[in-house]
Amino acid sequence: MSVAAPMFVRLPVWRARFVLLALMAAFGVLAGRAVYLQAVDTDFLQMKGVSRFSRVIEVPATRGRIVDRNGEAVAISTPVKSIWAIPEDVRASGAQLSKLAHALNLDPKELEKKLLDTTRDFVYLKRQIPPEQAEQVVEMGIPGVFSQREFRRYYPGGDGMAHVIGFTGVGDEGQEGIELAFQSSLAGKAGSRRVIKDRLGRIVEDIESIRAAQDGKDLTLSIDGKIQNIAFGALKSAVEAHKAKAGAVVVIDVRSGEILALANVPSYNPNNRGKLTGAQLRNRVMTDTFEPGSTLKPFTIALAVDEGRLRPNSMIQTAPGRLTIANYTISDAHPSGALSVAQVIQRSSNVGAAKIALSMPREEMWDMFKRVGFGAVPALGFPGEALGKVRDWKTWRPIEQATMSYGHGISVSLIQLARAYSIFARDGELMPLTLVKADMPVAGRRVISAETARAVREMLEMAVQPGGTAPRARVMGYRVAGKTGTAHKQENRAYAAHKYISSFVGFAPVSDPRVVVAVMIDEPSNGQYYGGVVAAPAFAQVVQGALRRLGVPPDAPMRPVDLPGEGDELKEGT
Amino acid sequence: MAKLNLALLAILVACALGLVTSQHKARKLFSDLEREQERARNLDIEYGQLQLEASTWGLHSRVEKIAGSALNMRAPDPRRVRLVHREETPK
Repeated sequence: MSVAAPMFVRLPVWRARFVLLALMAAFGVLAGRAVYLQAVDTDFLQMKGVSRFSRVIEVPATRGRIVDRNGEAVAISTPVKSIWAIPEDVRASGAQLSKLAHALNLDPKELEKKLLDTTRDFVYLKRQIPPEQAEQVVEMGIPGVFSQREFRRYYPGGDGMAHVIGFTGVGDEGQEGIELAFQSSLAGKAGSRRVIKDRLGRIVEDIESIRAAQDGKDLTLSIDGKIQNIAFGALKSAVEAHKAKAGAVVVIDVRSGEILALANVPSYNPNNRGKLTGAQLRNRVMTDTFEPGSTLKPFTIALAVDEGRLRPNSMIQTAPGRLTIANYTISDAHPSGALSVAQVIQRSSNVGAAKIALSMPREEMWDMFKRVGFGAVPALGFPGEALGKVRDWKTWRPIEQATMSYGHGISVSLIQLARAYSIFARDGELMPLTLVKADMPVAGRRVISAETARAVREMLEMAVQPGGTAPRARVMGYRVAGKTGTAHKQENRAYAAHKYISSFVGFAPVSDPRVVVAVMIDEPSNGQYYGGVVAAPAFAQVVQGALRRLGVPPDAPMRPVDLPGEGDELKEGT
Repeated sequence: MAKLNLALLAILVACALGLVTSQHKARKLFSDLEREQERARNLDIEYGQLQLEASTWGLHSRVEKIAGSALNMRAPDPRRVRLVHREETPK
């Protein structure tokens, strides 16, 4: 065998060309792909890339705080955690479950029941717990159990402030009172922003703010916590002492129209609203109307005096204490003879008031009621403000015109009544009211002349003197003025025989009025029901406290007020 | 020519390193800022809680009760109160 000589085989040229072409084609494909990725698909890819490290995070916003006029917090939101679970995903041993139940203060059986219900894919285990407690739960690291940040609103003022402030629901939106009235400005708007997070979850770069978070605005109320407390306390003891169904009180600053206190009994604790009844929730000052009774007399008389029909010392014959108009008899609790206009107020004579009313055109009386704000919403922006009812004057019959002069056949809310009295306290001007701190004198709308207002003021001061209907409304060191009201309650379109609403509206000090206070006691049932006995003492307590709080100098000698004996006090019919 | 190229290369490298460090510093500062902002938020929340606590402890009804029962205090009789007027003096 000979060694084969190396053979030089000349390969066909096309093979080399084929390989070259194949390589070129491969490069071509790669280049094409690169162009495609860089130019055509680039947006998609960049988006994918960004989504690997950029995150959209929520920026929580808190609801605004509510403070009283002295800056004391009355409603504050603070973060809490809610624990929720996806029942299907929960993997936990029995020991872990009992530990979880313990950490949440839940009954283990109840917890188990919640977690066994796999038909639901979201259950709250416990809502609104303190963050530290939630931390314990999260640290247990049970799969399928999560925590979520929420806000809870706290009301340190408790039941005393409940009706003014109202409360928010679980979703942090206002449901009653100020919380509802100022919902849009109190509520914060949660925002969101896009950020880059690093491996450890730290935010390293802000890419964009998608929506800026807006914290709710803080709100300063006109309410004075101390006067509120005095008013609530006085009202509560009056309601208890007279075994009444309910009561309401409102204190208004005469100069600024600010509501300094507004309280209702029965009340509730806004921090713990387990079992609430409608009666507890009702804000009687704003939303309830009632027939005011004699507290309305001064308006009819002011009108008569203002029009020049009568002078404060004009005499009205009220004997024999009865007045019959079309089968209906108006009577006085204390029949008297001829009374001056001032005495009609002082002794609260129905016959006198009716006679004065009948001497005037219906339209003028109607106009007066309208001008002092009856039958119109007080425009505080408060939810459920009552209109009250003043019927059109064209439908008034004479008997109705007569009874309206002493507050029957017309209905008003306590806040309307208190505001209307500002025309006497402010020399004839009706003031606008506010629940937000203003702290500056406010311009009113003139209703009667200053001389008339002063004249009626004097008459109202006589009503609290011995011989009037409300000597118990007097306060040591200050001159007070006001009017009692004792009205039969209406039930099923008729007057209930033994159910009354006792009220007292007044202001002090008479020399330069600073506050208007209105007290209403619903169905006092401890034997006494006259406004001068039931409501006036609460008025006196509130006035005393409020004037001291406001630092108003006394305008009367400091002599103890001697409480009336049986004979000194006049009882009134309405 | 080669010298110029080398110099440019050196400058480029220096710039690149500078960019990296400044980026790192920026991120670090930003994360500090973030932390401080978080702290500010938490302090604000704590302020709210403290305000809440202050209001709860300082509730007028509570103060009045304690003043009356524990300290034997009571509101003075109006006859024993003297009101003094403050003279407004321009500064």
